[in-house]
This record gives sequence, structure tokens and C-alpha cells, in this order.
Amino acid sequence: MNALFAPGFFTNGIVHSALIVGAVVAVVAAIVGTFTVLRAQSFAGHALGEVGATGGSAAILAGTNPLWGFIGIAVVAAAAIELLGVRQPRSRDLATGLVLGAGLGLAALFLYLGATSQSTTGASITVLFGSLFVVSMQMVPSIVALSIVALAIVLVCYRWLLLTSLNPDLAAARGVSLRLVSALYLLALAIAVSLSAETIGAVLSTALLVGPPAAALRLTKRPTAALVVAAGIGVLATWLGILLAYDSYTWPPSGRGWPVSFFIVVFVFCFYLLAQLHGRKLTRG
Amino acid sequence: MFSSFMVNTWVAASIVAVVGGVVGFFVVLRSSAFVAHAIPHGAFSGAAGAALLGLNTVFGLGVFALAGALGISALGRKGRHDVATALGLVVMLGTGSLFLSWSAVYAPQIYALLFGEVLGVSRAELWPIAGLAVICLVAIALVYRPLMLNSIAPELGEVRGVRDRLIETAFLLVVALATSMTVPVVGALLMFSLMVAPAGAARSLSDRPSAAIAWSIAIALVTVWAGIALSYALNWPLGFFVGTLGAALYGLGRLVGTRRRRLVLPTA
Repeated sequence: MNALFAPGFFTNGIVHSALIVGAVVAVVAAIVGTFTVLRAQSFAGHALGEVGATGGSAAILAGTNPLWGFIGIAVVAAAAIELLGVRQPRSRDLATGLVLGAGLGLAALFLYLGATSQSTTGASITVLFGSLFVVSMQMVPSIVALSIVALAIVLVCYRWLLLTSLNPDLAAARGVSLRLVSALYLLALAIAVSLSAETIGAVLSTALLVGPPAAALRLTKRPTAALVVAAGIGVLATWLGILLAYDSYTWPPSGRGWPVSFFIVVFVFCFYLLAQLHGRKLTRG
Repeated sequence: MFSSFMVNTWVAASIVAVVGGVVGFFVVLRSSAFVAHAIPHGAFSGAAGAALLGLNTVFGLGVFALAGALGISALGRKGRHDVATALGLVVMLGTGSLFLSWSAVYAPQIYALLFGEVLGVSRAELWPIAGLAVICLVAIALVYRPLMLNSIAPELGEVRGVRDRLIETAFLLVVALATSMTVPVVGALLMFSLMVAPAGAARSLSDRPSAAIAWSIAIALVTVWAGIALSYALNWPLGFFVGTLGAALYGLGRLVGTRRRRLVLPTA
């Protein structure tokens, strides 16, 4: 027992909040992410997370709570992507790239100004890579509230979203406003992604947004089942990652522990590969 | 600004801009902005790994960029391209976070790799940059026709015997090569901006490929030169200027492009 669960795993407050926040973020990411994968918008999802980091670094510079910086910038970026890339998927790719480039440029400036004025050069690493173990219990209520907003948007538009993702022509024929659904969806994506980028870092945010849903969509064709499977895979990968990261404090080389992001990404990737193998067996047999 | 230690910087940045402009034209044509972002960003992890082992960072960048390009094109065969790219990127960055936690890399060094370092180019570093640039441009020239055909009309290309997968992999390898030479100068996060913004602007200025490539190179050069000058004067990071100037020039290009089209087609 002790070999798997290192002493103190179940009594440690930091681990508790990491488990709770990790699960909340993983569920939101999985549900929003299923549509991200269906709509082939992984790039937008990743871009919003990284651009959100710009807001985070600006907020650090201004000395306010980074979470609001993350969300504010991500919503602005989502609007910019929507306005620039309205015409077709092709220009959407370019629009996302331009917004991401401009956002990262600003991040460079804010981090630089922050480093020169406050000598916190570590900020660029914290903002980009994040860590579940620095999330405090006080942040849990606002994280939960924002998650509910993102989920509410997805659930209210669930049928429209599904229809516009799978068959846009049919949706348009039925009188669904593609622009409205797409804008609402990007808003939900911006909230979900900036939430997870702030708490677990931009890297993990993309991993949890894309990996579990892509795996789930390999395993089942029914959308509702895919949502449940994706959430399950996301939470499982997150908890296994936290467990191993906690255990790794006794591992070589440094005794500081291996980063939790590394473990979660590895688990997500393994689940994806397994699902792909299994899915191929399904289609063959 | 033009003193002797800055000469290398100007030369290196101009080479980077030319390669970025040419490769970027195809990035925009193929809608591969995500891959163009993922490969340099992920390759940053390789630099962290090289720092851990005490090797040259360009070596680490190259290994990770090539491995990333091959991995993404292998994953993309069996799944959606954007999913493959996202997963390839996060696996590389996850490994990078592991390397960073093991090593005691200076935070400013990481910052320079992410956002670029204007004053960091020495004469010895200039040769590998020039060499890789020549390889990139020659590679593009060799696959120019099939790549163009595959980018514009993949079905027609397939009929003519252009292998879609082969071209995709070859193109990703060129992006990887371009990455390993440019990241130390422009930074992992802003390299793709140099590929996307000038080429995007160029496409709204001209529909002819050769003219668009020329515009793309010219705009990339202007972006980088103005970026260096401003960066030198204000001491702000080069990445900031490359990212924001690129977006601004793209906006300008689109304005000019639509106005010119209106002049040509006044009735439309």
C-alpha cells in the first residue's frame, strides 16, 4: 500500500485541493473539448490557453488576481479570432495564428517588464507550465463557478452545437445561426481553457482539452457516451498523474519531485494510443 | 545600432526572415499554422534537455524539432491532423517540463529561448544558421512543384502521382529545420509568427505564387529589421515586436489588398 500511495497522500491538504481542482478542470475540459475535437478547433483551444497566459502575466505585473487576467484576455482573443476568421476554416487557421502571435508578443513584453520591475524571472515558467500543487483552497469557489458557466453554455446549446459540428449544412437549413453558435462555443472554450491554463498551465490545458475527447471519440460513436468516457479518462489521467507526482518526491535525481504536468500528459497520451489501438480493432472486427 | 557586435545580429535576422517568408508562404497556403507553432514551441523542450546534458542547445532543438515533425506526421495518418498536432506538442512540452525540473537552467536563459535574444548571435553561430537556411531553401526548391500542387489541389496532385503523405512529411521536416536555426534568434514562441503574419499579408496582396513569396520575404524582412531597431532602442524583447508588428502588417496588407481589388473590380 505504502509503495503505491506514499505516506501522507490522503491527509495532505495540498493534495486534496489538487485532486478536487484537477477533477473539476478535467471534467470541464473533457466536455468542452469533445466539441473542440468534433469541430477541429484544437488550434483555437491551444491558442486561447497560451494567449490567456498573456493576461496572466499582465495581471501579475498589475498585481491583481491572474485568473481574471487569463479570462479577460482569452475572451478578447476569442472575439478577435471569430471576427478575423469568419469566412472559412482556412482563414480561421490564419486568424488563430495571428491572434496567438500578437498575444505571445504581448506576453513577452509583460514578462520582461515584470522581470525588470519585480525580479520575478520565474514567472515565465510558472505562467506557461503551471502546477496543480500551487492551487490554493481559496481559489476553488471561483474555479467551480466559472466551470459552471462554461458547462451551462455547452449544455444550453448542446443540440445546436452537435448539429453544427457534425452537419453544418443541415443546421443552416434548419435555421440555426452558425455564427451565433460558433461565437457562443468560442466563449465557452475561452472560459474553460483559460480556467485550466491558469490552474494547471497552458500545456496541460491543451492536453486535457484534446487528448481524452479524441480517445473517447475513438471508443464510441454516440456523443453523450463520448462526453462521459472523455470526462472519465480526463479525471483518471489527472488523478494518476497527481499520485505519481506525489510519489516522485523520493525519486532521483533531485528530490524535488517530478512535475505533475509531465505525468498527466504521459497518461493522456497513453490513453489516446490505447483507444486508437482498440478503435482499430473495433472497425476491423 | 550598427556597431560591429550588432552586424551578426542583422545578418542572422535577415537570413531568418528570408527562410520564414518562404516557408511561411506554404504554411499559410496549407493552413498549417498550428504545426508551424507546435514544432518550434515543442522543440524548446529539446533545448532544455540539451542544457541538462551540457550539449549545444541548437543540437537539442534540432533533435526535438525533427522528432516532433516525424511524430506529428505519423500520428496524423491515423487521426485528425489538429488532434495529432496538439498531442505531439503537449508530449514534447511535458517532457520539457521534466527536463526543466531536473536541471538548474537559468530563468533568463529560458526566457531568451522562448522570446528571442537579439544580442546573442556570435560569428561562430552565423555559419550553422546560414548552412541550415541554404538547406531549407534548396529543399523547398526541390519539392516546389509537387508541394504547390499538393497544397492547392491535393486530389489533382494525387492523380498526377504526388504522394500526399510524403509531401506532408517532407514539408514538416523543412519546418523543423527552419525551427532549429531560427529559435535561438527569434525565440520558440515567436518564430511561427514570422512564418504566419508576413505570408498571410502577402496572400492578400497577390494571387500569383512568385509575387506572393516575394512580398512575404519583403514583409518578413521589414518586420525583423524594424523589430531589431526598436528592440535595440527600447531594450524590449524582440518577440514582442515580431508578434505585434506582424499582426499590424497583416492588417495593413489586408486593407491594401481589399482596396486594390475594389479598384480592379469597381462593380463588385
